[in-house]
Amino acid sequence: MFEVIFLQFLNGLDKGGAYALIALGLTLVFGTLGVVNFAHGALFMLGAFCAVLFRQLITFETVTIDPTKLSPWGAPLEVRAPLVQTWFGDFGAVLVNYSVPFSILLTIPVMLVIGIALERGIIKHFYKRPHAEQILVTFGLAIVAQEIIKSFFGPNPIPQPMPEGLRGAADIGAWLGMQANVITYPIWRLVYFLFAGVIIGGVFAFLQFTTFGLVVRAGMADRETVGLLGINIDRRFTIMFGLAAVVAGMAGVMYTPLLPPNYHIGMDFLVLSFVVVVVGGMGSLPGAVAAGFLLGILQSFASMTQIKAIVPGIDQIIIYLVAVVILLVRPRGLFGRRGVMEA
Amino acid sequence: MLAMSRNDLLLFLGFTIAVLAMPIWLQPFGAAYPDLLQRFTIYAILAVGFNILFGLTGYLSFGHAAFFGVGSYAAVWSFKLLSMDAIPAMAFAIVVSGIFALLIGYVSLRRSGIYFSILTLAFAQMSYNLAYSVLTPITNGETGLQLDLADPRYLDRAFSAAPAGLPSPTLLGAPLTGYAGFYFCAGFLIIAFFIAQRITGSPFGMMLKGIKSNQTRMNYTGFNTKPYTLAAFVISGMYAGLAGALLAITDPLAGAERMQWTASGEVVLMTILGGAGTLVGPVIGAWLIKYFENIFSAINDSILTRFFAFLPEGADHVAVTIASKFVGEGWFLTLGLVFVLIVVFLPGGIMEGVRRIVGLFNRSGKTPRHTPAQVQPAE
Amino acid sequence: MTMPNVVLHVADVHKRFGGLHALADIDLQVEEGQTHAIIGPNGAGKSTLLNVIIGKLAPTSGTVVFDGAILTGRKPYEINQLGIARVFQTPEIFSDLSVLHNVMIPALAKRDGAFKLNMLRALDSETGIRAEAQDMLEDVGMTSSRDMAAGSLSRGDKRRMELAMCLIQHPRLLLLDEPTAGMSRHDTNTTIELLKKIKSRGMTKVIIEHDMHVVFSLADKISVLAQGRIIADGTPDQVRGNPKVQEAYLGGTH
Repeated sequence: MFEVIFLQFLNGLDKGGAYALIALGLTLVFGTLGVVNFAHGALFMLGAFCAVLFRQLITFETVTIDPTKLSPWGAPLEVRAPLVQTWFGDFGAVLVNYSVPFSILLTIPVMLVIGIALERGIIKHFYKRPHAEQILVTFGLAIVAQEIIKSFFGPNPIPQPMPEGLRGAADIGAWLGMQANVITYPIWRLVYFLFAGVIIGGVFAFLQFTTFGLVVRAGMADRETVGLLGINIDRRFTIMFGLAAVVAGMAGVMYTPLLPPNYHIGMDFLVLSFVVVVVGGMGSLPGAVAAGFLLGILQSFASMTQIKAIVPGIDQIIIYLVAVVILLVRPRGLFGRRGVMEA
Repeated sequence: MLAMSRNDLLLFLGFTIAVLAMPIWLQPFGAAYPDLLQRFTIYAILAVGFNILFGLTGYLSFGHAAFFGVGSYAAVWSFKLLSMDAIPAMAFAIVVSGIFALLIGYVSLRRSGIYFSILTLAFAQMSYNLAYSVLTPITNGETGLQLDLADPRYLDRAFSAAPAGLPSPTLLGAPLTGYAGFYFCAGFLIIAFFIAQRITGSPFGMMLKGIKSNQTRMNYTGFNTKPYTLAAFVISGMYAGLAGALLAITDPLAGAERMQWTASGEVVLMTILGGAGTLVGPVIGAWLIKYFENIFSAINDSILTRFFAFLPEGADHVAVTIASKFVGEGWFLTLGLVFVLIVVFLPGGIMEGVRRIVGLFNRSGKTPRHTPAQVQPAE
Repeated sequence: MTMPNVVLHVADVHKRFGGLHALADIDLQVEEGQTHAIIGPNGAGKSTLLNVIIGKLAPTSGTVVFDGAILTGRKPYEINQLGIARVFQTPEIFSDLSVLHNVMIPALAKRDGAFKLNMLRALDSETGIRAEAQDMLEDVGMTSSRDMAAGSLSRGDKRRMELAMCLIQHPRLLLLDEPTAGMSRHDTNTTIELLKKIKSRGMTKVIIEHDMHVVFSLADKISVLAQGRIIADGTPDQVRGNPKVQEAYLGGTH
């Protein structure tokens, strides 16, 4: 029995990690800029497609026809060689194999540019406008982003392979001194969980230990006062938006081997991430992370056949149900502070 | 008691004529065929109802499609169990979606602002997910709920023998296909508009506007705002149920995708595009979106190639490639862009644009009587 | 114990926020028909007291009784329906609506109660309410701005309209929270004139204020609040002569 529970707990971690990462950015943007960003899921999706694009670029092949050899059908043999392999040799092969993690290198600058452009171009004009209009404009942006991706990459999910060395399952049970082969867990999920942990830790460290972070945290607590101190918050907030976009993008990149991305993957995650933010408490960073993992794990437990036998369909609605209950009994969420979006 | 002011009467008569004459004045636009006309009226009802909630009270529901879907399911069930007549189907749909809205509204309205939006979104997603999974016996899951030869149709069977083949919806025995279907829906649109107009001009409507404008003042003025918003929510849910039922009457099947949040988003789009808080705005928004959806999705590369044929060689290819991203499958891209532009530059929608243009011509005249309708959340 | 002519009785109220004792041992009796001012320096607890009276804050202990009914724990709309209207520090009005509608809404609340599903009748046919609102606007001298959007009024006019919104309900008790705060001299003077004018109507008023100038010309009775306690109580003249008040308040600011 313990093994079953432990396994479900593990199963919730990767999804929880993705929720936590998206919710972290969502709440950063909300806490600093005061903007309800319905386009945040689209940033996750764009990140995922950075991985797709990167792989398409590095697997770009040259086709040469070798007239000296014949294929089994008697036609001249086509020799396909990925360009990177011809250029970089073995390193190229490694690059292709590890395309997903390597595509982070592409994702960071791309997402930073997208994030900053969005903030400077549109979002900043909405700081003082009602939340309903913020929701509407970011919702529109999400549709635009989604449709652009659809028109370039098509409507179908595009699977991304896991790096060869990281396929298969890890025998976590054996590591922990339990019976072998009882608790096994796909390595990539473990990687994703650790990755999420590192990013979350990084964001917190950044906010905790840098002057920049200090100002941002002060701004989250009391924007007016910080503005009165003569600190240029606007530029910092632009960077925060960029950072949130990068976090969402990286969350998307690393998730691609677990769930082949399609153009509306962002929206699917967004709705859940909003729920996560609300459960954690609007504007609370630890709340976003805790609620992300909590809901991921809850969802994993709700999908157990034993549970589903008792409450059919619970796996489909558990997250929303929790959100409804939380909003009603603890309107500020688990970690929410007073005065944030009081209604 | 039902006396109307001159302006209201003119607006209502003008609207009625415009709706009934749609088959004529939409002719030059190539949109005067029953199928599309039916959709025009149905989505206009949906938007008019949504506007009673969002436009008047400022509560932005992101889950309105749930009631639309419930209306469709209820209507199809009425066809299956009772009769192919449209009247019981609609009555059943309005009652069921009203009860559904009462339950969801009672819980969601305990919060306001973005929490309300997220609560409604959560409820709608829950309904959608359940319709796809556990509720399959009621919704028939992914296939969607359809008519079946084996359906009992107790009322119909009581009066006549089962017809051969699948029957289609009727009104007191008269078929509701083609233009008959359109005029049937148009009649309901006119009634729906009339009721919305009455509500907007009533003390109740004034209270809803007061809630949108300043909820604190409403409370300290002695109003219990909750029943007001709940009433608006339920009415608006019943409108959506009616629209869903009409959609099922024109085409008797119901699928869960009708309840998805993208469908909810579409209603919001229509209302904003036309002008939230105005009476005619949401109708115009619904018509425009459904019209351009129809036009744009039908355009393909060969049409574009012909269209850009006047361009020099090479340039026409570029033009076709770029334009093709915005039409056909890419229609939603256009929609998204237009939507962003509207929210950024014209948050009051087309109606505000019209007002501004009229204002330009009347510059010398008196100051405008209306303040621009603004999209505001209820705080 | 409650005197027959005492309409509002704040009995032994304490309010603590964590360690902060915001209100201590407040006992306040407001007599019917009088204008009772509560004054004190910033941070003395005036707003807290008002919020306790109006039910926005629950007192840590003690009760607030209005005409025999306990106000503590009631919702704002219930308190209004008992006959208490409130003017806010920053006018709380319906900015998007016309001045006339702003004044009609409270009249409807008075007539129809907290909730009435009145959607068949047209607002235009509410001639009684409309006439009442127009009379009220004439009373406060705002007939000319009747059709303007309330949000476009000057600060002084917003305050005047807000007063009209309260007066049209013929409240038994009118609470005014720093009615001249943030106003220009001119607006302050017109507001004081208006308050003097309505004084003759015989409704009970509680004014929270830190501007002495406003208070001495209006109040029948003054309670002075300092550091959460009432340090003096009496007619304007009694209070003016009280050395404790001079020390705590007048001395501090003048």
